[in-house]
Amino acid sequence: MSSHTHHDEPFYRKYIWSTDHKIIGLQYGFTALFFLLVGFVLMMIMRWQLAYPETPVPIIGGLLGDTGILLPETYNALGVMHGTIMIFLGVVPLAVGAFGNYIVPLQIGAPDMAFPKLNAASYWSYLVGGIVMLASFFTPEGPARAGWTGYPPLSVFEPGQTIWLIGMVFIITSSLLGSINFITTIVQLRAPGLSWMRLPFFVWAQLVTAFLLVLAFPPLESAAVLQLMDRVAGTSFFLPSGLVVSGEILNVSGGGSPLLWQHLFWFLAHPEVYVLILPAMGIVSEVIANNTRKPLWGYKSLVFAAVFLGFMSFIVWAHHMFLTGMGTAMSAFFQTTTMIISIPSVIILSALFISLWGASIRFNTPMLFALAFLPMFGIGGLTGLPLGIGASDIYLHDTYYVIGHFHYVVAPGTIFALFAGIYYWYPKMTGRKMSEAIGKLHFWPSFIFMNGIFMPMFIQGLAGVSRRLWDGGLESAHASGVLQWNEFMSISAWLLGLAQLPFIFNVFYSMKFGEKVDENPWDSTTLEWTAPSPPLPHVNFDNIPEVHREAYEYSVPGRKRDFTPQTVPKKG
Amino acid sequence: MLEFLKHYGLPIHLSTAGPGIDEIIVLIHWLMFILFVGWGTFFIISLVKFRASKNPKADHEGVKSHLSSILEVAVAVVEIVLLIGFAFPIWASRVNDVPTSAEDGAVHIRVIAQQFAWNIHYPGLDGIFGETKVDLVDEEENPIGLDRSSIGGSDDFYTINQMHIPVNRKIRVDLSTKDVIHSFKLPELRVAQDAIPGMSIPVHFEATMTSEEYLQKMADTPRKGKGLEIVCAQLCGLGHYRMKGYLTIDTETDYKSWLDSEAQYLEEYEDDEW
Ligand SMILES: [Cu+2]
Ligand SMILES: [Cu+2]
Repeated sequence: MSSHTHHDEPFYRKYIWSTDHKIIGLQYGFTALFFLLVGFVLMMIMRWQLAYPETPVPIIGGLLGDTGILLPETYNALGVMHGTIMIFLGVVPLAVGAFGNYIVPLQIGAPDMAFPKLNAASYWSYLVGGIVMLASFFTPEGPARAGWTGYPPLSVFEPGQTIWLIGMVFIITSSLLGSINFITTIVQLRAPGLSWMRLPFFVWAQLVTAFLLVLAFPPLESAAVLQLMDRVAGTSFFLPSGLVVSGEILNVSGGGSPLLWQHLFWFLAHPEVYVLILPAMGIVSEVIANNTRKPLWGYKSLVFAAVFLGFMSFIVWAHHMFLTGMGTAMSAFFQTTTMIISIPSVIILSALFISLWGASIRFNTPMLFALAFLPMFGIGGLTGLPLGIGASDIYLHDTYYVIGHFHYVVAPGTIFALFAGIYYWYPKMTGRKMSEAIGKLHFWPSFIFMNGIFMPMFIQGLAGVSRRLWDGGLESAHASGVLQWNEFMSISAWLLGLAQLPFIFNVFYSMKFGEKVDENPWDSTTLEWTAPSPPLPHVNFDNIPEVHREAYEYSVPGRKRDFTPQTVPKKG
Repeated sequence: MLEFLKHYGLPIHLSTAGPGIDEIIVLIHWLMFILFVGWGTFFIISLVKFRASKNPKADHEGVKSHLSSILEVAVAVVEIVLLIGFAFPIWASRVNDVPTSAEDGAVHIRVIAQQFAWNIHYPGLDGIFGETKVDLVDEEENPIGLDRSSIGGSDDFYTINQMHIPVNRKIRVDLSTKDVIHSFKLPELRVAQDAIPGMSIPVHFEATMTSEEYLQKMADTPRKGKGLEIVCAQLCGLGHYRMKGYLTIDTETDYKSWLDSEAQYLEEYEDDEW
């Protein structure tokens, strides 16, 4: 194919019905950022009710009915949609769909993904899933309101769940199509000389992630279809007989088990945690290696830890279910696997910390986000320990402690890593750098307010305040000592929203006015930086690069430059 | 550490399970604290010491020792100790040492959750629970579907959202639900258990303090005047936030007289009916 055919392509072929992994990556990226914003706005609305219970919500109150008060049913619905949108439509598509698509082929020196049409199909299925989820706001029933975990029997009775399940089926299908593509691409399309141990850690992270998605999502897809049948076809996969709901005997054949759903759901949703975190670790590793000007410390142990993490993540799921009446043997098994899985996480985090020792650290915006990721993910990981041990989980289960824990993993953890990735790879996508000054104006407030939102959750959790309470604990005796934090967290959340404005501005402003840079502005070693910026349409490179070195040859003693790209041949 | 966690929210406990659970929460927080401070110190020193302006040339190799493996082994060892020494035994006693009224003189109660209330079912003086049947359920008259004509059923009584237990006695609760999943939680007693449709799950505990003593202890805190509650910890519908019961821990004599008054009330009520 000639690299110049693109001039003839009409706009819609080039940017809409595209099969170019870079365009699809950008489509994923912008769509996912849009959904992140939507998911966050939903939370900002919910936080009004938590801070000032039963007072009319300002600005958008008119949309919530005559009183302008966020009612319990709407609160529950927003909770479901916040979780669903953030995880399935925001973070994962950005981490995997956008960065995976854009960067992986470039980093392995491939002209495109292995199956470009499948790639497009994956994006469109995701978009349909997203539109279905958004459309649920405009149906007479409204969106789902049985928790983002959709536990039956509640989810079988509550309105809005049908459309949620249909949306989920599209989203899952999209992930399955995408992950098959990633596995094939990484296995088959690596440039000559790019052996497994020369792969950038980001590619390893994406490979393990793709395996998690392809193996863990099918059980949830089946479960979603079964729950759909329970709702629309009168089956009772998840319903036992003998239930009385709102005074009426439930007329179903029965024999089902609500716990079956939980097992199937968490069989996906625990690996999903690593789907959220592994690409983030990959991005952070790239940014850290580049900005410390030295190789990642313990590259091999990072790779083995990531693979082991991926494997173990399939046998820890029931630690979400300790309180469902689990016996000694089963709880001992899942507590043990959960403690085992903490070890590779400790290895990865330690290796990244140790990588800083002896470095020459450049504190640019991508590096600030990547550095902040480390302690933030550290807090998220460590606070998982008392939840992974059954005895302490008895008290902390379903409290705000849990919410604090996984938000530290995902929000100041993964989302910071994603910001790092955006600032870092933006020059590759546009040929210009994002403004550093505005970048720092984005970073510092975000860092402060993230902690302002999530740190008090541990305090409320220790006090025993339950999650998913419409009144934020106002009516609960045990919450009385910690209620004052609700307003503090809400204000932090709104300020965090404000702190994203410089970022949004920066993305568009820098497209036109950012500093123009050559193809390797960060003096990096990996293959994506040998491609032109932006890379050539649909072939990426002028010639497929040949790889002669490991991924991170920074500051090798005796060399003139402090970096040696992977494509530089070794001397005689 | 316990004082620290108490300062930041953790309420005092008043059950025999409390010390064990609080101890493991404290130990894990020590582990977290040490790791975080360790990492954090290393992190900050690295950032200051190795900033580009101070250290323009990076060291290709960096840390040469493999001290970090010691860290990983240490974490693994601590976790093994936590599991075998604390977590497994606590769990085993939680699920295996279920007391019975015959052998342990335990107070046996049934709790039937529903949207959005706790039905507390006592077996009455004979200590035998009457049968409950789905088709007898009447939300106004008979929310738990109790069959008065079944064996042991005539003197049973139930309350809505009012649970009384005696102090210093083993309590056994058989937990079930009429509709969706709820979670029976007594935060101050360090008790929590999901109620799963189609299952009856035993929960047991022993209170070490009466409600009155507890309220006295709380006199100078934000909790003053607020008694003990049964929390629903699992999202169970739009009334989830207001689903709560009240727990009263009585002295043995107070408990007896409460049982008597309930029996009395039942008799009067029955007289009215017939
Ligand atoms: Cu998990
Ligand atoms: Cu409930």
